[in-house]
Amino acid sequence: MTKEDIIKPENLVYQKPHLLNDNPMHYCPGCSHGVVHKLIAEVIEEMGMTEKAIGISPVGCAVFMYNYLDIDCQEAAHGRAPALASAIKRLWPDRLVFTYQGDGDLACIGTAETIHALNRGENITIIFINNAIYGMTGGQMAPTTLLGMKTATCPYGRIPEIHGYPLKMTEIAATLQGTCYVTRQSVHTVAAIRKAKKAIRKAFENSMQGKGSNLVEIVSTCNSGWKMTPEAANKWMEENMFPFYPLGDLKDTSEPKQE
Amino acid sequence: MAEEVVLMKGNEAIAHAAIRIGVDGYFGYPITPQSEVLETLAEQKPWETTGMVVLQAESELAAINMVYGGAGSGKMVMTSSSSPGVSLKQEGISYIAGAELPCLIVNVMRGGPGLGTIQPSQADYFQTTKGGGHGDYHLIALAPASVQEMADFVELGFQLAFKYRNPAIILADGVIGQMMEKVVLPTPRPRRTDEEVIAQCPWAATGCKGRKPNVITSLELDPAIMEQRNIHLQQKYAEIEANEVRYEEINCDDAEYLIVAFGSCARIAQKAMEHAREEGIKVGLFRPITLWPFPTKALRERASNIKGILTVELNSGQMVEDVRLAVECRIPVEHFGRLGGIVPDPDEVIEAIKTKLIK
Repeated sequence: MTKEDIIKPENLVYQKPHLLNDNPMHYCPGCSHGVVHKLIAEVIEEMGMTEKAIGISPVGCAVFMYNYLDIDCQEAAHGRAPALASAIKRLWPDRLVFTYQGDGDLACIGTAETIHALNRGENITIIFINNAIYGMTGGQMAPTTLLGMKTATCPYGRIPEIHGYPLKMTEIAATLQGTCYVTRQSVHTVAAIRKAKKAIRKAFENSMQGKGSNLVEIVSTCNSGWKMTPEAANKWMEENMFPFYPLGDLKDTSEPKQE
Repeated sequence: MAEEVVLMKGNEAIAHAAIRIGVDGYFGYPITPQSEVLETLAEQKPWETTGMVVLQAESELAAINMVYGGAGSGKMVMTSSSSPGVSLKQEGISYIAGAELPCLIVNVMRGGPGLGTIQPSQADYFQTTKGGGHGDYHLIALAPASVQEMADFVELGFQLAFKYRNPAIILADGVIGQMMEKVVLPTPRPRRTDEEVIAQCPWAATGCKGRKPNVITSLELDPAIMEQRNIHLQQKYAEIEANEVRYEEINCDDAEYLIVAFGSCARIAQKAMEHAREEGIKVGLFRPITLWPFPTKALRERASNIKGILTVELNSGQMVEDVRLAVECRIPVEHFGRLGGIVPDPDEVIEAIKTKLIK
């Protein structure tokens, strides 16, 4: 196949979504954020919602989400993204409104905002990046840090007697009446990326169809914070994160049940 | 057609005025003595008439951040609370000021510090006019002294907020929120359409149809750019100080002594002024309506013809500092206040004029 053949539209197998701009990302090599940003860009584009999307960025590494996604964005205070999204969606019901939050933002300082927005059944989607660590501030303990896991603020490992237990926010969300679709995904393999994209698409569609609130957790790596190579981080995630945070749908009321 | 006069509480007037002037969203959390705002809105069901969103949030923190979100999308949004709740809102208020968004906040003040009391107070003057949250910012602060002004300042607050893209606050006290007076409510008008919102607020995050994406943020890591942002804010504040000072003067032209008071204290001071004049003491009343920007220049001009000033406040002496700065200590400026929810009567004010100023 010649170069001319390869670049023909019918032979195109991959392209960067238009909504993902050319700004150099500040994320570390190996970090999951870049992949999830790309999936969001693809889904918004494929749904034809570019001109109606409003994203809420968190405090944490993804605070600069708006630098990479060419959609309207608002930057929230730490943990408050679901409150912003609740108001915006109610004031602009035909807009696609989503938040993008890390574990510290969503499961610690913003626990109340997260649970209540989900339980009110706000027609929004919350994308939850769970890498079990505070990345931007330099690798401190997160609410989702695993027992025994070492961070800057639990340098000898997380001990329940001192630090309490890791919080399974997605399991909590699945018990709330207001949630429609609650799922836990990952983006460490091509197959996982495809599944995660389907989940984001379903969540976004549910929120546009007024079916209730949606939570898509992405179990992610923070290889810098974990002090590992990207490859080792993926392996560590599979061996340690997945047993405690198992992948799959926890709740789905978006389709009518088949009798 | 004659204007319709109705009798209601100050808090209820806020709610009715909000519906009538076409506010898009109210986000609140119950706290005494302002809960009637949310209760009245819930009872009126404006979502069925004007389409106004009314939402009881899970906390004051969430409520102010809902306002932050709504304001970022160009809508007319507001919240109300009382002192302890307004302390919780300070984080969001700082973000709203930093992101230069218009909104209206109502504080129906109660006594503090801490959980304090549910009785009236004006002890949040410093919090409101000197910052409150973190960073160099100002709120446009309106101090109503009647139920009529509670209704009127909803519209004025939004006008100023949108004119300058800056949060405005109605700083009322528990007396003004709870007392019933006759009031003429604003003439009802429809909310702006989405198209009108987009045309009026080209900066808002509404979905990037036909334009480049908008970003609402107060974040900037480059200190050189952040300093320029701060300078821009200060220039805006200077413009507000030059254009938006509001105050009321009663019997000031022949006055030998001046009472400076806002909110419910101005009402009490007005009665004290009348009684003092019956006794032959020439007292005038100067009532700041905007607490920020403070009527510094007007007070300074008044100071050249009078012997002394008494501020009357429901606090231990907060506005008195701004009055002293205004008159540059050229004449005596004394403070009289009651604390912890006690409201003074006019005789106490006259006594304070006699003992603190006339001597």
